[in-house]
Amino acid sequence: MEKYAVYVPRLVKKRENFAPGHRACIGCGEALAVRLAFKALDNNVVVTNATGCIEIIASQLPFTTWHLPWIHTLFENAAAVASGIEAGYKAMKRKGMAVPENAKVVAIGGDGATSDIGLQAISGALERGHDFTYICFDNEAYMNTGIQRSSATPFGAATTTSPAGKKSFGQFSWKKNMPEIAAAHNIPYVATATHGYPFDLMAKVRKAVDTPGPAYVHILSVCPTGWRSATDTVNRQSRLAVQTGVFPLYEVENGQYKMSINLPKLRPVKDYLKIQGRFRHLSDDIIQQIQERVELEYQKLLEKANNVTKRAKSKSKTGTAKASAR
Amino acid sequence: MATRVGIEVSIAIADAVKLANPDVVAAYPITPQTHIVEHLAELVANGELDAEYIPVESEHSAMSACLGSAAAGARTFTATASQGLALMNEVVYVAAPMRLPIIMAVANRALSSPLSIWCDHSDLMSVRDTGWIQIIAENGQQCVDNIICAFRIGEDQRVLLPVMVHLDGFTLTHVIEPITFPEQSDVDKFLPPYKFPMPLNPDKPVAMGDFAPPVIFTETKWAQEMNIRASKKVVVEVWDKYEKAFGRKYSPVEKHHSDGAKVVLMTMGSVGETASVAIDEMRDEGQDVGQIRLRLWRPFPFEELRETLKDTDVLIVLDRAISFGGPGGPVASEVKAAFYDQAKKPRIVSFVGGLGGRDITVAGFKDMVKKGTEIAKSGSKNEYEIYGVRE
Repeated sequence: MEKYAVYVPRLVKKRENFAPGHRACIGCGEALAVRLAFKALDNNVVVTNATGCIEIIASQLPFTTWHLPWIHTLFENAAAVASGIEAGYKAMKRKGMAVPENAKVVAIGGDGATSDIGLQAISGALERGHDFTYICFDNEAYMNTGIQRSSATPFGAATTTSPAGKKSFGQFSWKKNMPEIAAAHNIPYVATATHGYPFDLMAKVRKAVDTPGPAYVHILSVCPTGWRSATDTVNRQSRLAVQTGVFPLYEVENGQYKMSINLPKLRPVKDYLKIQGRFRHLSDDIIQQIQERVELEYQKLLEKANNVTKRAKSKSKTGTAKASAR
Repeated sequence: MATRVGIEVSIAIADAVKLANPDVVAAYPITPQTHIVEHLAELVANGELDAEYIPVESEHSAMSACLGSAAAGARTFTATASQGLALMNEVVYVAAPMRLPIIMAVANRALSSPLSIWCDHSDLMSVRDTGWIQIIAENGQQCVDNIICAFRIGEDQRVLLPVMVHLDGFTLTHVIEPITFPEQSDVDKFLPPYKFPMPLNPDKPVAMGDFAPPVIFTETKWAQEMNIRASKKVVVEVWDKYEKAFGRKYSPVEKHHSDGAKVVLMTMGSVGETASVAIDEMRDEGQDVGQIRLRLWRPFPFEELRETLKDTDVLIVLDRAISFGGPGGPVASEVKAAFYDQAKKPRIVSFVGGLGGRDITVAGFKDMVKKGTEIAKSGSKNEYEIYGVRE
């Protein structure tokens, strides 16, 4: 702890863009992730927020938690609002009107706002190439409305609309792979992160915002309320998600995959599942299915990352060291 | 010198938007709005209009992008119609309470189903309570003039509200009309540069679109209501200034031989011109008839309407939309509400017609006035009359 006090101030600035005093639940991983993400940035940022937990906990009239210019309009349109802000600044700057210098637009939303209802608006904004960053704070269900399943809810998890019962083992579908969908738009930067790895998270958010053009960061955010887990283990759960391969940390920079952490061996998914009440009902069979699926997906990802490494090596051998960007 | 040219009304609207020099246009194509946004895209592509054209992936995102750009402090325009307006409905509601003066042209078209690309006012009625100022244009010249006025009205610091200019799809959007264009320099004098008082700016952070618990929600809505009610004064003021600058006059309720007439026909939109021909012919035949056109739909001109119709015995209102299972045409029911508690009031007869692009001819309007006058005398068991339906 002494060392922490010595080193952390050198790595992280003191200033908060997302202040304390908001109304999040005890142990909220998402509030922590949001705080870290915006701590990583300077104050030249405009935030557009989809409806959801973060919007609700941080913006009750006449208060705000944000030290940044912040706009919330609706649930599914944060990326479209971001498009408008970016275009507005661009046009006004070109026409010699007063605009903030070097302002960065960051759209944020939960997993429902991102992978379900707002997917079209995000796809449109990424495809059009606006210079903005979209950050999904993924807590794997509609937590704000009371823990209903989304397409980002993992297989087997019990939610209020995918309950476990005599004829149900909970969520019947596999988690939608949102970072891959973003990457399929051939945008310059895609990354995954989680608050259990704070410096990795901050570095990725900074990189995303500094990248010209559209960038997408998908942040797994532990929700002890919705995951039925202990509030003092949110960072442990976050780290276990990574160490079991359930939520791999990686970057896709100009189409090149890169794993963020080298894991010689994945921990069994059971280590991650057993500390969360939402998976409590799962049979060994189902857990085995999850284990196999996680390994398969992780392997696919490793291959993409390895191929990049191989290609880069072979290119450097033939003297064309510069990897083509897009 | 102002120039008078023969031009398609949609193209003319785009040219009027260009005269207003917007910074952002975000739009999604839908018949019969397409020619407006196509021409705007062309003006941007040719460098004749210095703006960002955002070719969004839906009307929902069109209006959402408009919210963003207006909040950033940019002058913002979009256009849509029918299903597009229905799809963006929830976003349309957001603009007014957030005080974002977005300007939108709506090429009025029927709502599905069955699918119809032709004009009626069912789309217009679907956004009645969104809190936007809504102006109804009747011909191409009115479209051009009111697009320019809309920017000045919406951006007035006393108003700061979004403004819709409604024009009938096809009947106006796709016809060529003689239109007088004001000079750019005169428009520049008429329309001061846009200055949004509280733009999104990291140097001076603001929070926009907070959530409101019950303890404050009613106050926000009352503020919004006071705001749009007060805007009527500015609408009239801007129209007066426009008349001084460009010579064409607009008012919330426009009169056509209605003063002193015992029977008055009320219209909204492009059918007004056909109706005028009918009224003129009937007057030539010696009948005591007149006409009014509603130019300002929101804020609703209660006082002007009562004043205009103070000597009228029979008012026949034509609606181009049905409030299904309701009290009659939506315009007629509002007019009835305006007169309900007045000591002296006309007998109001509600007609619905011209749905999904069906024409009402001069003979048709004469027939409607005749029938309406009879109903006013004899009464009717119907809430309203549907005009020209085959049963």
